[in-house]
Amino acid sequence: MLTAENISQILMSGLLMGLIYALIAAGLSLIFGLMDVVNFAHGEFLMTAMYATFGLVVVLSLDPLILSPIVAAIMFVVGAFCYRGIIVHAMRARTNVGMVQVFATFGLAIVIRGLAQFAFTPDYRSIPKSWLGGQTLSLFGVYMPAPQLAGALASLLAFGALWLLMKKTDFGRALEATREDAGAVGLVGIDRNRVFAMGWGLGAALVGLAGAILSIFYYIHPDVGGPFALIAYVTVALGGFGSVFGALAAGVIVGIVEAISATVLQPSMKAIGIYAVYLLVVFLRPRGLFGH
Amino acid sequence: MASAFELRRRNQLIIAAAVVAVMIALPLGIKDVYIQNILVLTVMYAALSQSWNILSGYCGQISLGHALYFGIGAYASTLLFVKFGIIPWFGMAAGGIFAAAIALIVGWPCFRLGGHYFTIATIVLAEIGLILFLNWSYAGEASGLQIPVSGDSWTTFTFLRSKLPYYYFALGLAAVVWLVTYFIEDSKWGYYWRAVRENTLAAQSLGVQVFRSKMAAAAVSAFFTAIGGSFYAQFVSYIDPDSVMVFQFSLLMALPAVIGGIGTLWGPAVGAAILIPLTELTRSYMGGGGKGFDLIFYGAVIMIIALARPEGLLSLVTRTRPAPP
Repeated sequence: MLTAENISQILMSGLLMGLIYALIAAGLSLIFGLMDVVNFAHGEFLMTAMYATFGLVVVLSLDPLILSPIVAAIMFVVGAFCYRGIIVHAMRARTNVGMVQVFATFGLAIVIRGLAQFAFTPDYRSIPKSWLGGQTLSLFGVYMPAPQLAGALASLLAFGALWLLMKKTDFGRALEATREDAGAVGLVGIDRNRVFAMGWGLGAALVGLAGAILSIFYYIHPDVGGPFALIAYVTVALGGFGSVFGALAAGVIVGIVEAISATVLQPSMKAIGIYAVYLLVVFLRPRGLFGH
Repeated sequence: MASAFELRRRNQLIIAAAVVAVMIALPLGIKDVYIQNILVLTVMYAALSQSWNILSGYCGQISLGHALYFGIGAYASTLLFVKFGIIPWFGMAAGGIFAAAIALIVGWPCFRLGGHYFTIATIVLAEIGLILFLNWSYAGEASGLQIPVSGDSWTTFTFLRSKLPYYYFALGLAAVVWLVTYFIEDSKWGYYWRAVRENTLAAQSLGVQVFRSKMAAAAVSAFFTAIGGSFYAQFVSYIDPDSVMVFQFSLLMALPAVIGGIGTLWGPAVGAAILIPLTELTRSYMGGGGKGFDLIFYGAVIMIIALARPEGLLSLVTRTRPAPP
């Protein structure tokens, strides 16, 4: 039965999950906008962040929520390191640049998965106890699981901070300028490689934040990143490649469409709704919702 | 008068004949089923990757959703065989034609998309196919379909004792796809496709029918990919959506061409000859105990080749581009 309450419940869970999807997609979108690279290891960045959270929880016995900025900081280093160590070489390719980037990052993804299996075995892990785990808030009869709510709020905060960073700081302006014309910024004294490395760091830190919160209510295993990465690609494309705030809107749409299709179709087919919306949007607007 | 170009093309045919002759003789002394298995997979991926290469290498439309056509081929022949008793040879042809039709139907809207939007659309379409098959009860849902194997027979294309018949079929398929690519390379379509890949707008302004070129490449590519899918179903005699339609397959079909040399006649075969034995050997020698060494090694090899040799390994031995511009 579809009652007003049911509908608002579906919309609420879709909205919360959608904001988390947006946070996962933000880093992918940022990196793409900056340098036209689709990072096929994005899901593995998320997985790394989830394991990092898990490991820190075990070692430090702190709550994932407190650890989330630390995880984001760790992922910043991981992201910047991946750029300096790998992506910078992929950017130098003269021929079939696109495929080189796809397979360099895809190779990286497999290596990270292997490392996760080596360090943690393929077993499913979960964080047994946390402040938010299993808690639920209720607002006018609409239930909101606390971890998802925290994820949604973290996502909004992160997008707010990203907006301030891009509009108000020198680094943000350098980022924006590099985005517009990576060749010309060298002439005005901006170190392109440094901006790219920072961009990768920032992108990984955003997905790191998402991973820390996701680890509260999701099983952690070496292959956990795949499905989330696929949703992130669709989200980024739906919003228009490179439009970070397009990814925010697209994430919310994806979350809500998923929640609706899980009810209307059946839970095992909920992804079809997302994919159908993607195809519909790009067939009508071949550059996504907010792409130029 | 034979030009240098014609001579080079003739040499390609001679090399191909020699390679096929060696490949025919290669497994004769090998009784080890494990090695036979690797050989079958190697020639199968050479064929699949060449099929992928037609659309993505020559025509430049990067598809990461070819698992869809592979799965359609596998399911078409298996469903017709299991449910209606139609022998797999007809099922194979039906699967190929059906996959080509699907490629044309989805190509019609998709080929208006550019670059990453197109690639993501191919991934999404394959995922939709995967989910539909996972939920299609007639086709066995997630538990899949078993092909009944009664004994060695060419009629039902099932063999219990030896892998060699499978090997020779896969070799034949790889040779046919190679020949098709060889003839297309020097045909009107071959020039159209490369023009579309290099510069779509310029091609259009010169009168190349861009849309029809892409559609033709997609149909040929999907047809042979589906034949490969039917073959694989017969070879493993059990299929489920997770073993024939997952994203991983789409990448595995692209990988040999990329490693060997994308958009070249020999790239897919060279890539498959290196990659597939490497994959299988690392899996069995380093994969034990789920420690992930095989993944680390395999991923590192892909990464290093992609970074160190973006043109593909073939460029180490050829000085000029094998295909005329």
